Amino acid sequence: MTMTISNATNAPASRAPSVGTSTKFKWPPEASILMVLVGISLFFEALGWYINGQSFIFNSERLQIIILQMSVVGIIAVGVNMVIITSGIDLSSGSVVAATAVVSASLAQVSDFPRAVFPALTDLPVIWPILAGMTVGLLIGLLNGSLIAFTAIPPFIATLGTMVAARGFAKWFTGGMPVSMLTDDFAAIGSGANPVYIFLVIAAIFHIVLRYTRFGKFTYAIGANRQAARVSGINVNRHLVYIYTIAGLLSGIAGSVTAARAISGQSGMGVMYELDAIAAVVIGGTSLVGGLGRITGTVIGVLILGVMMSGFTFIRIDAYYQEMVKGAIIVAAVIADQYRNKKRGR
Amino acid sequence: MPESATALQPASAAEPPLLEIHGIRKGFPGVVALDNVGFKLRAGTVHALMGENGAGKSTLMKIIAGIYMPDRGDISLRGQRITLKSPIDALNQGIAMIHQELNLMPFMTVAENVWITREPKNRFGFVDHAELYRKTEELFKTLNIDIDVRVEVQTLSVANRQMVEIAKAVSYNSDVLIMDEPTSALTEKEVAHLFAIIHTLRAQGKGIIYITHKMNELFEIADEFSVFRDGKYIATKLSSEVTRDDIIKMMVGREITQMFPKLEVPIGEVVLSVKDLCLDGVFSDISFDVRAGEIVGMAGLVGSGRSNVAEALFGVTPATSGTITINGKQVVMHSPAVALAEGMAFLTEDRKETGCFLGLNIQENMDSAVLNQRYVKNGFVQNKQLNADCIAMAQRLRVKTPGMDEIILNLSGGNQQKVLVGRWLLTNPKILILDEPTRGIDVGAKAEIHRLVSELAGQGVAILMISSEMPEVLGMSDRIVVMHEGHVSGILDRNDADQISIMDLAAK
Repeated sequence: MTMTISNATNAPASRAPSVGTSTKFKWPPEASILMVLVGISLFFEALGWYINGQSFIFNSERLQIIILQMSVVGIIAVGVNMVIITSGIDLSSGSVVAATAVVSASLAQVSDFPRAVFPALTDLPVIWPILAGMTVGLLIGLLNGSLIAFTAIPPFIATLGTMVAARGFAKWFTGGMPVSMLTDDFAAIGSGANPVYIFLVIAAIFHIVLRYTRFGKFTYAIGANRQAARVSGINVNRHLVYIYTIAGLLSGIAGSVTAARAISGQSGMGVMYELDAIAAVVIGGTSLVGGLGRITGTVIGVLILGVMMSGFTFIRIDAYYQEMVKGAIIVAAVIADQYRNKKRGR
Repeated sequence: MPESATALQPASAAEPPLLEIHGIRKGFPGVVALDNVGFKLRAGTVHALMGENGAGKSTLMKIIAGIYMPDRGDISLRGQRITLKSPIDALNQGIAMIHQELNLMPFMTVAENVWITREPKNRFGFVDHAELYRKTEELFKTLNIDIDVRVEVQTLSVANRQMVEIAKAVSYNSDVLIMDEPTSALTEKEVAHLFAIIHTLRAQGKGIIYITHKMNELFEIADEFSVFRDGKYIATKLSSEVTRDDIIKMMVGREITQMFPKLEVPIGEVVLSVKDLCLDGVFSDISFDVRAGEIVGMAGLVGSGRSNVAEALFGVTPATSGTITINGKQVVMHSPAVALAEGMAFLTEDRKETGCFLGLNIQENMDSAVLNQRYVKNGFVQNKQLNADCIAMAQRLRVKTPGMDEIILNLSGGNQQKVLVGRWLLTNPKILILDEPTRGIDVGAKAEIHRLVSELAGQGVAILMISSEMPEVLGMSDRIVVMHEGHVSGILDRNDADQISIMDLAAK
């Protein structure tokens, strides 16, 4: 009767060592992307000396501009990264930037401007336009999340719909005219290095959320296997609504920052930002299959995009070529992702 | 069966069988699916393959259809040795398999589906649709199939789609047709039509291999049958010379060589009580109790609804009516989150689909369920305590791995299963539902899981264990619920249960 048991328990010593405690040093997954960033920077550094006779990297003004330009896309990319970790996609970010930019600008106008959108609501404290922008972004994100979770339509379609609709809303809201003459307090949000600080604070918060909270752990679980996540007792639908709402909220913040930087809200703002954000996320090592990706990688991905754009301008390569090369790099990043997945046996 | 009588005239010694399988062995990591298996299929006969779940029938069919390569053994077609490297190879040799899950393209017409990749072309190189339809109609006529060849396949019933599959198989001039449980989704009338077509094919001299679980079909359609058991060939008989009981004995008549560490434990109060549970169209009127410390086995053929009942109990696919009572309190089980909160745990049948997070590591696979309950303070995971407890659990379950950050994909099936068991044990369940807990894992891991399940029962956990392995069910269970076609066909006490009584209830 006990034959099998004793066989199992007293089985050869090979069975005894079970969980090893391998403390072998492993490179963090970001190391390879960081190498790419360094490589690209050195490439432009070399070309800079060759073509322009000056340093590309060691120019604090240029560094500031790179980071400043990319911080709006970076804020969006943090949310998009979480969406992609759940194996979803968010195409609406750029349009949400436009919708929130015009709404928050409309509540930030000065009172001595005769053609204000809301003449009764001028010279408001800066908190109101910011809150309005965040609310609009949050609502669009909530709509995205609800559509995806409760109607089971693919995220691609749901966010494609809100992408078109939000852009339309922005055009309707402004009647095609820029919303300008904004208060100095509002403009201050976008001046100096403020957008960079906002981006870094948001990145830090969600880095902590993803790595150290239950919410973060469940985000990865849902992306890795939605069925298994559900059977593990995770409320998958509710979680997806949260994720898309956060992504919308962050796009809303990005919209306010964009309006503040330009001291104007326009319905044409944020065009293609969603694709830049997705590109940054994918370059940063987040897998489109889901379940894998970190904010640190996304930050590096954002910097890679920024350095590339700035570098091309620096060595005076035509803007059209820039876009072609950018396209190629996005595709290369996805091919690298496929290759990694293959190695993991997916 | 008048036709069969003529078809079964003893083949002359000179004429080799249509298909002969000899000495086939096929192993998968950890299991030998087929061991020295062979049988002969004669032209103009229907040859049924019988056996319990996991007897090796499907593996054997996949070898004959070129989907798997055998490790050893020969396949001969009309006395000629052949080697099949792919399903295309098999088709070119005249061996066609009609799959259980149908492989038709729903938005193409019937005719296009039948002749796909072999469409007749006109002189400009375009598809000649008139000829395509004519050829299909001609083919259907020889088979007595009455389906409009111009309609899209998506408009057809399951039965008609199956007819199209059969016609497609025949269109390759196949002499050997393999049908894997073709009647599982058909109504009685449709079955009669299918059988008429099979009779036609038999009269044309084709050899048909027919896999089924249903006894009455065997006597109705098959001339001969072969029985398999645990990957071994048992015997071939004429279906006219045996009774149903003979076949059941052949199917289950294995000696119980494995012993199970069943512990005698005091059985407590009823913990889980299921009454009149229904899921429309899947199962109905399911009632049974599970007590503290009791292991209730659930037996039945694949497709009898066992896993569906388990999924309803855990809220994965909520039941449409009936009640689930836990510790005397009625619970509406509308999601797994509810079940988890009620102290239930559910080890699912399909490790890949509903169990593992394949891309995540062992730690992350283990902690997904327990984080709903513990180790979280203000939303932050208490990593130190959690990691320590996960490592302790992995060691208790003897998960073999270099470290907790190993991706679970890289573990063997047995080790993956142990990690998933660990996921649920961390939640300290009061009720544990196990669906095929030892499927596809090696003998050592199997014994460890059996021992663990007995221990848990000893600690007062109420356990419901679904298993297709007869010895496992008989060895582990205090009582056995047998299911048949969405109903409970009987509940047997440990002392009254044996393989024959279970098979009798499972295969009515």
